[in-house]
Amino acid sequence: MSTPLGFVRSTVGRKVMMAVTGLMLVGFVAGHATGNLLVFKGPDALNAYGALLKSSAVVLWTVRLVLLTAVGVHIWAALTLIRLNQVSRPVAYAKHVPQASTLAARLMRAGGLLLLAFIVFHLLHLTTGTIHPGYTFSHTDVYSNVVSSFQVPWLALVYIVAMVALLAHLSHGVWSFFQTMGWNHPRFNTARRVFATVVALIVSLGFIAIPSAILGGMLR
Amino acid sequence: MNLTLHVWRQVDAGAPGRLVRYEARDVSPDMSFLEMLDVVNEGLIEKGEDPIAFDHDCREGICGSCGVMINGSAHGPMAGTATCQLHMRSFKDGDKIVIEPWRARAFPVLRDLIVDRSPLDRIIQAGGFVSIATGNAPDAHTILVPKQDAESAMDAAQCIGCGACVAACPNASAMLFTAAKVSHLGLLPQGQPERDRRALGMVTQMDLEGFGGCTNYGECTTACPKEISLETIARMNRDFRVATFRARPESAGAGSS
Ligand code: FES
Repeated sequence: MSTPLGFVRSTVGRKVMMAVTGLMLVGFVAGHATGNLLVFKGPDALNAYGALLKSSAVVLWTVRLVLLTAVGVHIWAALTLIRLNQVSRPVAYAKHVPQASTLAARLMRAGGLLLLAFIVFHLLHLTTGTIHPGYTFSHTDVYSNVVSSFQVPWLALVYIVAMVALLAHLSHGVWSFFQTMGWNHPRFNTARRVFATVVALIVSLGFIAIPSAILGGMLR
Repeated sequence: MNLTLHVWRQVDAGAPGRLVRYEARDVSPDMSFLEMLDVVNEGLIEKGEDPIAFDHDCREGICGSCGVMINGSAHGPMAGTATCQLHMRSFKDGDKIVIEPWRARAFPVLRDLIVDRSPLDRIIQAGGFVSIATGNAPDAHTILVPKQDAESAMDAAQCIGCGACVAACPNASAMLFTAAKVSHLGLLPQGQPERDRRALGMVTQMDLEGFGGCTNYGECTTACPKEISLETIARMNRDFRVATFRARPESAGAGSS
């Protein structure tokens, strides 16, 4: 019963695993967004930052493996729980009116899958350079990759839409993190909601600023 | 007032069910929802038809027997109110009301609006108890309980086990029920000896019964006739997590390598 396996099998345990891996991923996207904003300081700043990240193969691959594991665990827990939740009500209500759930909460599943698809797309686009519509991908000139790709309107739009999905995902996810870890207290509950919204807004708007600025011609 | 009801009729667990339309005539706004159903049933009996089966007992909102989905919300439109305490003044003349049983894999329909809620009893059996010393009743203040703990424990203890949380949850999860029971005993000094066992046992049983998981929608607490708070679920999550790492296997003594 109180074994690691029992914990992983239980619905509560899997939610805790989702919460912890979710926190790691929030940390990552927050850092990623901050680093990306260097694009506004110009090509040299961004390219130096890109080179710094790649300076140690050991560090780079450790971070990548940790992130990959976190994403894997997060998705595995989500999928198994979604499956359980789908079979838990075999006969649907003729009429069921949600009273309390937020739109963000109800979009967690669809939004999560969309983000997964986006991550794959994003890796093919800006990490491996497999997708490069109308420009040549460079492994060292990060700035030119970013600027030339977001001058392609549909590509900028893909990123903006994905980051709106991230906004919704984080606004419920960050709030949910505290609930799942068991940190719910009348004294902090309003702050918890505000914190989740602010984190979600800062991260997603930080990302959205880049394709928007390039599409609007502010960066070239 | 006159109402049109669409009521789920199902002969037994194995039979297929369907919504059947009934006209409820001359309903007084002062009737409770169950009294309205009683009147409809009298009409059905007079016509030689089977009355609509529904669970009920105290009819004063304290036993947890009653409960149906009323127009898509558990226990109907009034917050903090069980079906038996819902009055027809919450509806207006000409309303169409859809009445369905709680729906969950763990709650099979027994007949019409009655479902089998024994999974909730088994969750209680898995840990919803405390050990007490028998013999003379202890003095009232032998064990001191901080006022706030007593209040929070009482808030959780209000759960009447009706199953509305399961019915309202899009995942048919029994987290709010289980959490209320874990909280109510876990907050009191008398509940400490079994605290770890309780959280582990009740959560494990809850999962075994085939309920869904929690996605923090908050539908349960909104539907709950006793307005049990989501804070109880957080407390259960914490107790379960802590217990997983703290509880020792029954056989292992202290200090075994
Ligand atoms: S009949 Fe007892 S709570 Fe409604």
